[in-house]
Amino acid sequence: MSKTKIPFYRNPKIRSLFVQIFVLSLVSFLIFSIYQTTVSNLIERGIQTSTSFFDDVAPFKIGFSPFLDFDLGKTTYIEVFYIGILNTILIAILGIIASTILGFIVGIVRLSPNWLASKCALVYIEVFRNVPLLLQIMFWNFAVFLATLPPPKKSIEFGFLYLNSRGLHTPIPYVEDELRFNFWIFILLMTAVGCIFLSKWAKKSFEHTGVKRPVFFYNFLIFTILATLSYLALGGPLEFDIPVLGKFNFKGGGQLPLPLFSLWFALTIYTSAFIAENVRAGISSVSTGQLEAANSIGLNRTQTINMIVIPQAMRVIIPPTISQFLNLTKNSSLAVAVGYEEIVAVWAGISLNQTGQAVIIIAMTIIVYECMSLFTSFMLNMYNRKVQITER
Amino acid sequence: MNKNEVFIKLPDRPPPSSTVGIIAWTQKNLFSSTTNALTTILFFYLIYLYIPPFFDWAIFNANFSGSDRSICDANKAGACWTFIKVRFDQLLFGLYFASNPDQIWRPVVALSIFVLLLIPLVIEKTPHKKWLLIFLLTIYPIIFITLVYGGYFGIPISNTTQWGGFLLTFALAFVGIVLALPIGIILALGRRSEMPIIRALSVTYIEFWRGTPLITILFMASVMLPLFFPSGVEFDKVVRAMIGITLFQSAYTAEAVRGGLQAIDKGQSEASMALGMGYWQRNVFIILPQALKISIPSIVNTFIALFKDTSLVSIIGLLDLLNMSQTASRSLDWNGYDIEGYLFAGFIFWACCYGMSSYSQKLERKLDTEGRTE
Repeated sequence: MSKTKIPFYRNPKIRSLFVQIFVLSLVSFLIFSIYQTTVSNLIERGIQTSTSFFDDVAPFKIGFSPFLDFDLGKTTYIEVFYIGILNTILIAILGIIASTILGFIVGIVRLSPNWLASKCALVYIEVFRNVPLLLQIMFWNFAVFLATLPPPKKSIEFGFLYLNSRGLHTPIPYVEDELRFNFWIFILLMTAVGCIFLSKWAKKSFEHTGVKRPVFFYNFLIFTILATLSYLALGGPLEFDIPVLGKFNFKGGGQLPLPLFSLWFALTIYTSAFIAENVRAGISSVSTGQLEAANSIGLNRTQTINMIVIPQAMRVIIPPTISQFLNLTKNSSLAVAVGYEEIVAVWAGISLNQTGQAVIIIAMTIIVYECMSLFTSFMLNMYNRKVQITER
Repeated sequence: MNKNEVFIKLPDRPPPSSTVGIIAWTQKNLFSSTTNALTTILFFYLIYLYIPPFFDWAIFNANFSGSDRSICDANKAGACWTFIKVRFDQLLFGLYFASNPDQIWRPVVALSIFVLLLIPLVIEKTPHKKWLLIFLLTIYPIIFITLVYGGYFGIPISNTTQWGGFLLTFALAFVGIVLALPIGIILALGRRSEMPIIRALSVTYIEFWRGTPLITILFMASVMLPLFFPSGVEFDKVVRAMIGITLFQSAYTAEAVRGGLQAIDKGQSEASMALGMGYWQRNVFIILPQALKISIPSIVNTFIALFKDTSLVSIIGLLDLLNMSQTASRSLDWNGYDIEGYLFAGFIFWACCYGMSSYSQKLERKLDTEGRTE
């Protein structure tokens, strides 16, 4: 019987090679033709795409740039770009901290044995995650805060915080004397290192002898006492600039302008609803068998929560929560609606309108977000790898 | 002696009154311990503080009658639903249909057909669901365009530039899901392909769109899209937004479908290969029908996110539901009643999203138990 020869076009290797070359050339052709039409369109409209506008002076004002000094008539476009990035990072960090705290609280209340509390948390979650974020931002900013907050003279006070129609005034720390401050930081670092050693030793001795010491409490005590004592001994190396009500407005201190405050508020509420749901799902994912086993080997309630529930729940909670942090950062671009000066507003908005350099500006904005996204997935992968190693 | 006489089955005694009924329930769920009781009191106080005033404002003191702002101005203690009533057509169907009341049957019919198609899809026992879904995703868009856009059968054209309100929100979201689904399936297959170049291209595409916020993509679509096409090809703003949304959504759909593909056992693919099926036969007849069924909840979830995100088109100046209610509440006639506008738009968004998310949660639970019984 003669062996029938398989024709070459039936060979999977050759076919896959052919398909890949075909798709690649198609995609390259598409990109190339888009590139060519773009170039010819730009020439037709008389737009010269170049980065030379970076060093031009930006002819508009940026009200809020706490990290870089803004000077109308001096600040260049590239500095505007940096201010935008920094402001995005600021709102991202503020939002992440607040929404994590609020999200964990709501998630735990959702699991409370108390029926009423649990239902209230459910309503909170279902209401806030099913209404568009943009609508929430506009609602809080235009319909609530702008309409109801009092003028600076009648600010609402929480301790040293003052809330009024212009924003939230906060005390800001500042360093009086570099040398004393650095010395204080050095003492704090040394104390922290000591605390870490103490807890390592406590863990080791627990593994050897089984004697559990309240080491967290000791560390907390040591750290607070030493920090306070050294602060007093050094004569207050860190001072606080507290806002004081002047004739019309507050003087001194820091200010979160109202758009930032409303954006922060809305982002926090919106994201916390998602985080609360993650927390609930994570804690309920720990099977009852685990709790029963913990009970049967005689662990008490605190031990069960600390050693059985939290480690297993965290493994489920953290990955989606990190994605929520990325979502929050991306969602901060909605600031454009209320006028907080982050990267999309000042760069892809005002700067683009002023210079007309659409290609470069949009590309740079996208690159900034892509970097943040890559950073987040890098962190996620690292976390997942760490969790996988602890698994059997 | 007859045994049956000795063991006469007595009727069950009722459970002790302390374990059933409203009092026992209250005791168990609200006052089981001191902390529990304190929590209950705290939450009752919070509800008492906020909920009755809200209902007073929104319902009992609210203004429903009249056709201009004089009534609302006279009674500031209640919400001004007169505003919503007067501007209802505009908020739901946009400026064109609000100014041509004789044409308003078109979006009403189009949306009613959608609802009529959707109801049997949600009911569990409907036969031929697959064909219904395919009808909804292929033929229905044509019906929608014929009715709402017009141009055929003597129906006057309503330009997309004049679309607005809930109709525009619906159109954007629906276009997003209809066009993104096939692209997303191709991308998901590409991402799991064994050919390195195809895989790399799919991954790049998916991660690129997923890493950027939609608002940047919409800016890009409205500023840069005209540059990408030869001069003479013109899109209006709505179509540009639709293109941006489709590109964005296809990446998310791809990830949802990929989740389904990953859940299919490798044996399925191997068995179909052993039967001599080719790549496309294998995927179209064996893998995808199973994978898509599993990924429906995640696709619905990405669709909920998209539905909420369509509100971003108001930043590039389209009059969707959010922007329409904002614009209406800032008009001279109704200036100052923006809370009512936001609440109305928010309620419609909430109702749609909550409905979809309950459906997808139900489906998830069902799929979950199916997986366990196997």
